[in-house]
Amino acid sequence: MGLLSDPVRRRALARLVLRLNAPLCVLSYVAGIAWFLALAFPPLTQRTYMSENAMGSTMVEEQFAGGDRARGFARDFAAHRRKSGALPVAWLERTMRSVGLEVYTQSFSRKLPFPDETHERYMVSGTNVYGILRAPRAASTESLVLTVPCGPDSTNSQAVGLLLALAAHFRGQIYWAKDIIFLVTEHDLLGTEAWLEAYHDVNVTGMQSSPLQGRAGAIQAAVALELSSDVVTSLDVAVEGLNGQLPNLDLLNLFQTFCQKGGLLCTLQGKLQAQDWTSIDGPLQGLQTLLLMVLQQASGRPHGPHGLFLRYRVEALTLRGINSFRQYKYDLVAVGKALEGVFRKLNHLLERLHQSFFFYLLPALSRFVSIGLYMPAAGFLLLVLGHALELWMQLHEAGVGPEEAGGASGPSPLPPQAQGIGLASLVAPLLISQAMGLALYVLPVLGQHVATQHFPVAEAEAVVLTLLAIYAAGLALPHNTHWVVSTQASDRGWMALKLVALIYLALQLACITLTNFSLGFLLAATMVPAAALTKPSGPRPLYGTLLVLTSPAATLLGSLFLWRELQEAPLSLAEGWQLFLAALAQGVLEHHTYGALLFPLLALGLYPCWLLFWNVLFWK
Amino acid sequence: MAANSFRPRVLTALAGLLALSFGSLADSRIEVCTSRFWFNYRHVANTLSVYRSVKRLGIPDSHIVLMLADDMACNARNPKPATVFSHKNMELNVYGDDVEVDYRSYEVTVENFLRVLTGRVPPGTPRSKRLLSDDRSNILIYMTGHGGNGFLKFQDSEEITNIELADAFEQMWQKRRYNELLFIIDTCQGASMYERFYSPNIMALASSQVGEDSLSHQPDPAIGVHLMDRYTFYVLEFLEEINPASQTNMNDLFQVCPKSLCVSTPGHRTDLFQRDPKNVLITDFFGSVRKVEITTETISLQPDLGIMESSNKEDQIDEERMEPLKYAEQLPVAQIIHQKPKLKDWHPPGGFILGLWALIIMVFFKTYGIKHMKFIF
Repeated sequence: MGLLSDPVRRRALARLVLRLNAPLCVLSYVAGIAWFLALAFPPLTQRTYMSENAMGSTMVEEQFAGGDRARGFARDFAAHRRKSGALPVAWLERTMRSVGLEVYTQSFSRKLPFPDETHERYMVSGTNVYGILRAPRAASTESLVLTVPCGPDSTNSQAVGLLLALAAHFRGQIYWAKDIIFLVTEHDLLGTEAWLEAYHDVNVTGMQSSPLQGRAGAIQAAVALELSSDVVTSLDVAVEGLNGQLPNLDLLNLFQTFCQKGGLLCTLQGKLQAQDWTSIDGPLQGLQTLLLMVLQQASGRPHGPHGLFLRYRVEALTLRGINSFRQYKYDLVAVGKALEGVFRKLNHLLERLHQSFFFYLLPALSRFVSIGLYMPAAGFLLLVLGHALELWMQLHEAGVGPEEAGGASGPSPLPPQAQGIGLASLVAPLLISQAMGLALYVLPVLGQHVATQHFPVAEAEAVVLTLLAIYAAGLALPHNTHWVVSTQASDRGWMALKLVALIYLALQLACITLTNFSLGFLLAATMVPAAALTKPSGPRPLYGTLLVLTSPAATLLGSLFLWRELQEAPLSLAEGWQLFLAALAQGVLEHHTYGALLFPLLALGLYPCWLLFWNVLFWK
Repeated sequence: MAANSFRPRVLTALAGLLALSFGSLADSRIEVCTSRFWFNYRHVANTLSVYRSVKRLGIPDSHIVLMLADDMACNARNPKPATVFSHKNMELNVYGDDVEVDYRSYEVTVENFLRVLTGRVPPGTPRSKRLLSDDRSNILIYMTGHGGNGFLKFQDSEEITNIELADAFEQMWQKRRYNELLFIIDTCQGASMYERFYSPNIMALASSQVGEDSLSHQPDPAIGVHLMDRYTFYVLEFLEEINPASQTNMNDLFQVCPKSLCVSTPGHRTDLFQRDPKNVLITDFFGSVRKVEITTETISLQPDLGIMESSNKEDQIDEERMEPLKYAEQLPVAQIIHQKPKLKDWHPPGGFILGLWALIIMVFFKTYGIKHMKFIF
C-alpha cells in the first residue's frame, strides 16, 4: 500500500510531522528573516549592467547649453503662475508654440470621495498642456515623454523652464527617430492620471477628462522632473510605482551611466551611495536603502508621476532635484545635459525595454537584487504556514480514534456527525469576518456625510475615525457571535477554523508576494508567527496582544515609524499617530483616485483573515 | 591596291586583339553586410569601404553585387543624413554620390545570397542582381556582420553555416562560375567560416580565430555609434595605398592588422589555392587591370585565291620591312604617379657565369691532370 493510504505508516508519518513541526517552523521563520537581511550583502547583490544592446556602450557628446534660457523661462512661469493662481495655460501654449512644438491642451475634473487634507482639494478641475516634437524623418509610431507635474504646493517652475529649454534644443536636432512629448500637468498626479487615461483611451478611475486632440504613438519611456531651485546639489531618483510596480532596470542603469558621466551626485531614497562595498559599512548602508525601498514599495503609492505611467507598461522614472547645504552645486545645464543624454540614448531603442529585470530590489544605485534571489525569503516565511499540515494531521488523528472504537460496535453515526459539525461551525465565522471586511471597505466613505451630521468632525476625519471604529468593533466579535457557533465546541472546531484560516492566509500572502514582494514579505513577517501560535488554550492575554500587535493596522503604524527612523527623521508618538491617520486617509483616497490596491487588500482580504484568528483565540 | 592591302591587315590586327586572354573582363565582386539596426552601423560602413576601394581600383558597378541589410545613411537617427562615415571626426564618407546597392534591406537573406552565388535566380531578376561570372572570372566575396563558431547571422532571424557556404562554392566550381575566389570575412570567430571549404582555387581571410571576438574600432561622439570594425579599418588603410599598377601581393594582405592592433588574430587559408600567394597580386581580386598582349599572328579571312596570292606576296614583302607592333601602355602609371621603380634582383650577365665555370674547370684539370677528363665526359 502507498505511504499515505497505509494507516500504520500514516500514523508513523503523522507522529514524525507532529514532533518536527514546531522546530521546523521556527527554523523556517528565522531563515526567512535572515535571508532577507542578507540581501544587501555581496553574494546576493550584484552590480548593475546595461542589458539592452541598442543602448550600447558608446556615449555621445551632449550639446545642451540653454541654462540661461531655462532660467528665463522659469522666472516667467513663476511670475505668471503667481498672478493667475493656477497653471498659466495661455502663456505655456504661447511659449511652447514659439519653441516650435505642436501644442494641445486637455481639461479634466474630478470630485474626490472626500476632501483631501494634505493637498487641500475636493472638487478638482484643471488643464494639462503638452507639446509634441515630431520626429523629422520617421513615422510617428513611437514616442518619449518628458513630464513636469505642477501642483498648488510645489510650483516646480525651474523644471518647467528646463523642459522648455530642452524642447527648444531638441527641436533643432534632426536625429530624433521618435516623437517627444513635453507634458506639464496641473494638480500633480491627478493631471497625469487624466492625461494617461485619455491617451490610452481607458477610464479606470472615474476621472472626467476631455479627449486628447494630438497623439504621438506608443510611449516607450517617460521621465518626470521635479526641480524647485536654480541649482541642485544632487538628483534623487524614485522608482517605486503604483501597487509596487517597478520600471525596467535598464532605465535606471541608463540614468546612472549619465550620472557617472556628468559627475552628478545621484541618490536613491535620499541616501548617498556607499563607496566601500568590501567592508561592512557599504552593505549596512545598502540594507538601510533596501529597507526604505521595501517600505515604499509595500505602501503601493505612486511616488511621483512615473508611478502612474507604469500601469500602462511605460518605463518611467522621477528625478527630483535636491538643494541641500552641500558646497558643490550643479546648475541647470548639467541637469539638462544628463536629460539630453538619456533621451538621445532612448532614441536608439528599437523595441520596448525588456531585456533587463522588471522585479528587483535596490540596495544602491549600482547594485541590485534580482527576483530569483529575493523570493526564497518570502518562501521560507510562507513555509511556516505549513503548520497547517500539523493541524490536518491532528484533526485526522482525532477522527481516526473514535472511528476505530466505534467500528467494533457497528456503524457509528459519530464520525460523519463530527465532521458535519466541523463544517457548519466554520461557515459562520467566515461569513461574519468577510462581512466585517466588506463593512470596513464600504462604510467609511459611504457614511461620511451621516457621520459629519452627527459628530463635529470634517469629512476626512470622519472617514478615518469610521475606519478605526469598525476595525476595533471587529475585536469584539467573538463575544457577540458566539451564539451562532454551535455549543458543541470541541477541540476539532477551532482546529478546523485555524486550518482554514491558515490556508486562507497562505493563499493571500502568496498571491500578494508574487506581484508586490515587499508588501507580501512585510505582512508575512508580522502576521505569520502570530497566526501560527494562536490557540484558545495557553496564555491568552499574551497571544491576544501578539495578535493585535501584528494586525494589519498595527503593521502600518509600525512601518511608518520604521520609515521615518530610516530616513533619519524619527517621530514622536503623537506625530506618529497623526501621520498614521493621514496615511489611512491617503490610502482610501488613492484607492479611489488612482486605483491603488493596498486599501482593498487589507480591508477585504487580510482583515477578515485576521479576524478568523481572533475568533480562534477566543473560541472558548 | 592600297585599300585592298589595308583591309586584311586591319582585320588581322583586330583578330589578333580578340584572341587575347578573356579572363579579367568578367571579374566580379560580391559584398554583403548582414546586420540590421542602427547600432550595427559599423557593418554597413565596413562593406561600403570595401566597395569604395574596389570601385576606385576599376571595377564597374555592373560587376559588383552589393548587399546591405539596413539603410544607415537615411536612418532617422543619423545626424548627418545621406552619409556613412568610416573615420571619426567624419573624415571619410564612404557612402559617396554613386553607391549602387543591389540587394537592400529585407532582400538580404541567406536564400538570395546563395541564389546569387549559384546563379539560380528567378527569370525576371535584373542583370544588376545577378552574378554574371564564368570560368575565367576572379571573384572577391566580402562578408561582415555578427557571427559565431560556424555561422554568420543574417538579419537577426536566420543564419548561414560554414557547411552551406562551402557547398555553395562547390556548386560554383562545378558550374564553372569562377576561376579563383578570394573570401574575406569580418565577424566574431570568422575563421570558422572558411574551415569547411573544399573546392579548389579558394583563398580565404578572416578577422579572428575561433573563440575570439572581432572588435570594433572607434566610436564617434557626434553620431553615437562605433564607425568601423578594426580589421576592416586596417584593410581599408592598406587598400587606400593600392593603385591599379601596384605590385603588392597577397602576403602583404595577410600581414594587415596584427594582433597588437586588432586584438584578435586574423587568419587566412591558402591550401586550396593553386598559385603561391606571393605571386598573386592584390589587383587580381580587388582591381580590374587588363593585360594586353600583342600578337603578330595573322588569320586569313578571305578565301578568294586571286586576291590572297597578291596580298600574301605584298604582306611578305611588307613584313620584312615592318617594325614589330607596339602599342602605348594601357596605364602609363609611371608618368601619372611618380613611382620609384621597383628594384629587380640583379643577376650577373650570362657570359660571365660561363667564363667563370670554364675557369674553374681549367684550374681543376690543371691541378689534377688532363687524363681525368675522360672520367667526366
